[in-house]
Amino acid sequence: MAEITPTPVLDAATDQTLVINMGPQHPSTHGVLHLLLEIDGETIVRIMPDIGYLHTGIEKTCEAKFYQQVVPLTDRIDYLCPMTNNLAYCLAVEKLLGLEIPPRAQWLRVMLNELTRINSHLVWLGTHALDIGAMTVFLYCFREREQILRLFEAVSGQRMMTSYFRIGGVAIEPPLDFLGRVKEFNDAFPEHVDEYEDLLTHNPIFMIRTKGVAHISKEDALALAATGPTLRASGIDVDLRRDAPYTGYENFKFNVPVATEGDVYARYLVRVAELRESQKIVAQALEGMPEGPVKADAPNVVLPDREKMKTQMEALIYHFKIVTEGFTVPAGEVYQAVESPRGEMGYYVVSDGTAKPYRVHMRAPSFANLQSLRKMCEGRLIADVVAAIGSIDIVLGDCDR
Amino acid sequence: MALEPAITDLEQLKSHAEVACLLSWNAAAVEAAKFDRHELSIYVERTGLRGACATLKNDASLQYDALSDVTCVDWYPSDPRFEVIYHLFSTVTKKRVRLKVRLSDDDARVDSLTPLWPGADFFEREVFDLFGVRFQEHPNLKRIMMPDNWEGHPLRKDYPVEGYR
Repeated sequence: MAEITPTPVLDAATDQTLVINMGPQHPSTHGVLHLLLEIDGETIVRIMPDIGYLHTGIEKTCEAKFYQQVVPLTDRIDYLCPMTNNLAYCLAVEKLLGLEIPPRAQWLRVMLNELTRINSHLVWLGTHALDIGAMTVFLYCFREREQILRLFEAVSGQRMMTSYFRIGGVAIEPPLDFLGRVKEFNDAFPEHVDEYEDLLTHNPIFMIRTKGVAHISKEDALALAATGPTLRASGIDVDLRRDAPYTGYENFKFNVPVATEGDVYARYLVRVAELRESQKIVAQALEGMPEGPVKADAPNVVLPDREKMKTQMEALIYHFKIVTEGFTVPAGEVYQAVESPRGEMGYYVVSDGTAKPYRVHMRAPSFANLQSLRKMCEGRLIADVVAAIGSIDIVLGDCDR
Repeated sequence: MALEPAITDLEQLKSHAEVACLLSWNAAAVEAAKFDRHELSIYVERTGLRGACATLKNDASLQYDALSDVTCVDWYPSDPRFEVIYHLFSTVTKKRVRLKVRLSDDDARVDSLTPLWPGADFFEREVFDLFGVRFQEHPNLKRIMMPDNWEGHPLRKDYPVEGYR
């Protein structure tokens, strides 16, 4: 049994400094992030994140579920990008099984994944601007987000916890005219991004609050395991969609926005540029959407269609077997990383040859990115902490799992 | 896409630059290697872990400059019980490699990678918290997810999923 260490309370080094708590209940900490700040007047001497308030042991729970039952759990890790988590997990298990996914399912996955990215970035943009004092942007962002959530509801039946991607494809063929609705949203979206940019990009108050604030250098960001927009805004050009393509991203043309300043404003610019790139990917996916099945031809893994199940004995048997005893996965291990809106979302799945995963580990981008906060904030003012937290875009569910 | 059989023969795997690099650095520290499902895993001897990571990080052609992930698998009741797993990533070549260290139950400790990558901090604290593996020379090895007065390490296989401990 391990020795128990005391609570990580910072001791004020000298009489001049004061230790205060920021969070876990604080509107700008985006969840239940608890920060211990040692301050000297308004200046931060040391900062220590204390996380774990949302730890629900999802990794442990996964070990007691069948492979297909883990998919809904992955939604609940990060409520802003459920599809990205579904995708990463499904890709990992498909890699373990050696399963080939039909093109239509891949394109649907790419399209919905990019809509998820837009959704996540919109929530980030709205709340980040709100933290810094711009109220209007929040209302505009949530107006568009609502449309995306309605699209998700149309395709999966759920607004947030979608569980739409399944092992071997997607759950069900999207409803009639779904692609038309996506197109309608997507065509109007660039104008909305212009709207947000009009409000913020050249806004002097916003620029003063963000330019040069919470700076992190290229070397530090890399050493502190930052990924995603946080890393790209510091000048490192890594995007897994382009560098390690998965689920058919190699068929799409898009740019990877990179900035070199490494401050809050640079991270803002990178994410806004990503909104536009995602819109382009959705447009390409709509244009070239192939016809065909949305599930792999693997009857022992993929649940049969309802119609088949009620008319064919064999399909009924497979359905019964998958639901009651799951399907076995050849022993082995796989690490599948995808580019989530926050950075590298990796799933490490170990199989021991049974119907339940031996180990599922999620490499959460929020968890890793949070380590940069210290470098960003020390020596700066308390008010900048709020901007810094907003700029690394953490989701505490993702952080604590 | 049928599964190809895994390659575990060190001689065959020398064609991978990562394996060749580590073997030329210190052949005694490389215990085994495996190439399965297009992913390369290298088992490293416990005392050689930090050296192996530094070698891969500083090699001019490999440049594994980022530590993606640190995690652990508990193979209870077999011995060695724990496998600590490191995923390295190169932002230059965009390749990945997996390093593994096997640890026995009664002496589950390994060198911390924080001197090489300060970002190993949270990952190692998480593995310590949930598996009870100690990382030597870690500057702040404390629980991160569970409360400080928690007993036991929840992700160990002998820790129940539900009910009383």
